[in-house]
Amino acid sequence: MTALSTRPAARDRTKLAVIDCDIHTAPATKQTLGKYMPARWRQHHETFGPRGPGGAHYPRANQDAARTDAWPPSGQPPGSDLDFLREQLLDAWGIEYGVMNPLLGAGGQLNLEYGAAHARATNDWQIAEWVDHEPRLRASIVVPYEDGSLAAAEIDRVGDNPAFVQVLLSIRTSEPLGRRKYWPMYEAAVRHDLPIGIHFGGAGGGPITGAGWPSFYIEDHAGMPTAFQSQVISMVTEGIFEHFPTLKIVLIEGGFGWLPPLMWRIDRAYTHLREEVPHLQRRPSEYIRQHFWLTTQPMEEPPAGEQFHQLLHHLDMNDRLMFATDYPHWDFDAPDQAFPTRIEPPLERAIMAENARGLYRFGQLGR
Amino acid sequence: MTRYVIAPISEVPPGARKIVEVAGRSLGVFNIDGEIFALRNRCPHQGGPLCAGRLSGFLQASIPGEYVYSRPGEVLRCPWHGWEFDVRTGQSWFDPARTRVRSYEASVIPGTALPDQVNSPGLGLVQGPYVAETYPVSIEEDYIVVEMPG
Ligand code: FES
Repeated sequence: MTALSTRPAARDRTKLAVIDCDIHTAPATKQTLGKYMPARWRQHHETFGPRGPGGAHYPRANQDAARTDAWPPSGQPPGSDLDFLREQLLDAWGIEYGVMNPLLGAGGQLNLEYGAAHARATNDWQIAEWVDHEPRLRASIVVPYEDGSLAAAEIDRVGDNPAFVQVLLSIRTSEPLGRRKYWPMYEAAVRHDLPIGIHFGGAGGGPITGAGWPSFYIEDHAGMPTAFQSQVISMVTEGIFEHFPTLKIVLIEGGFGWLPPLMWRIDRAYTHLREEVPHLQRRPSEYIRQHFWLTTQPMEEPPAGEQFHQLLHHLDMNDRLMFATDYPHWDFDAPDQAFPTRIEPPLERAIMAENARGLYRFGQLGR
Repeated sequence: MTRYVIAPISEVPPGARKIVEVAGRSLGVFNIDGEIFALRNRCPHQGGPLCAGRLSGFLQASIPGEYVYSRPGEVLRCPWHGWEFDVRTGQSWFDPARTRVRSYEASVIPGTALPDQVNSPGLGLVQGPYVAETYPVSIEEDYIVVEMPG
């Protein structure tokens, strides 16, 4: 068990507290993760390496999808140098806590046993090279999510370590996330009282849009909310929140502007089609507002300020929005510039830090 | 307006840039084929270090499939979100009327016109970062000078 201080040094009190819910740490070299694998898997890692379904990666405009100023002087990849991450992110913005969401591919491996070994290595690496050295950082449990029981085993292995504050999936999976093959993973998350964070990206093997394969990265990027929409609909209609009434889901980097009309539409459909999904006891929007949290970056920015306030009003989830930078990626949000318009101070405090503090229980449970 | 001496021109050859602190502001000074331009090193979008961005050209297509690639090296892309700015004017590509980065008048003057390592209010020339870095002024060299308020 890792000992963590409950709260880093007090910040300048005149400034807003900031909790960053989406930081992408990366290994320094291809060999780094191998150090955290047993010999059998290290050899596989070095000899064969990763293999997932294609399609996840449309070439980004920037190498490693990173801000071009995020390459550390050490020459390591963006997000891999703790000193530089402190300087460019944690210290630069006075970030109180940061949640790491390493996107290293464990979850999408076709070789499930290798995916499990990759996930274990990624999790041990997050503790050994990050949380143990930097009390502001917290980790996410990476899991081989296409196999519910392997994923559950990894949650059980590390889930009691307070350094881990959620389980991490990618939004594009092989099947919609409400399907039963994923339930053992939810059961384990509930057992350890950990939210499931689902991040932008991934590949499940199918075309990355509901209309086939697109030509451009901008389509991949701008179209990503459609994957989030399908997953929200699946998780609600399959009844997982009836089965796991304490399950919490965090949608990371998916935006939220699309969610109000989705709730309107699905609630309307439910009045006609309730009989098809008799296991639902409540309107779909009620499950959504009760079980989902959303990170801000990148948020939809309507052209006029009052439209953003209307959007928040339609969403009616002010206690569920959580600030994220997405550092070091190219669509990083600067903590002092993230909103398209002025936000009332109490709501600003909630979004910038307090909603995340409550969900992840920073300062409690040894976190 | 005050004119600040930035650097000898040999330090910023064509295609190169230099980022300097002047009067409490970070600036990028660019040399495009011998012409000098100076922009504030702060992106109007979210405040990224704009002048550290990649320089490229303008790619346009009037209809799909017909491309015009022009003005190589004259478009600055912010390191954070890649917004494009015209180095010559500071105007953004996507919203030239309203979104621009502050640009400053920049020129090149001979070393003989420089005061001898001291402020010279009469000339309106102030030691910029160049002289502050304690290089002697040479009368054989030409120098980049930027005009800024204050
Ligand atoms: S800060 Fe420059 S493009 Fe966003």
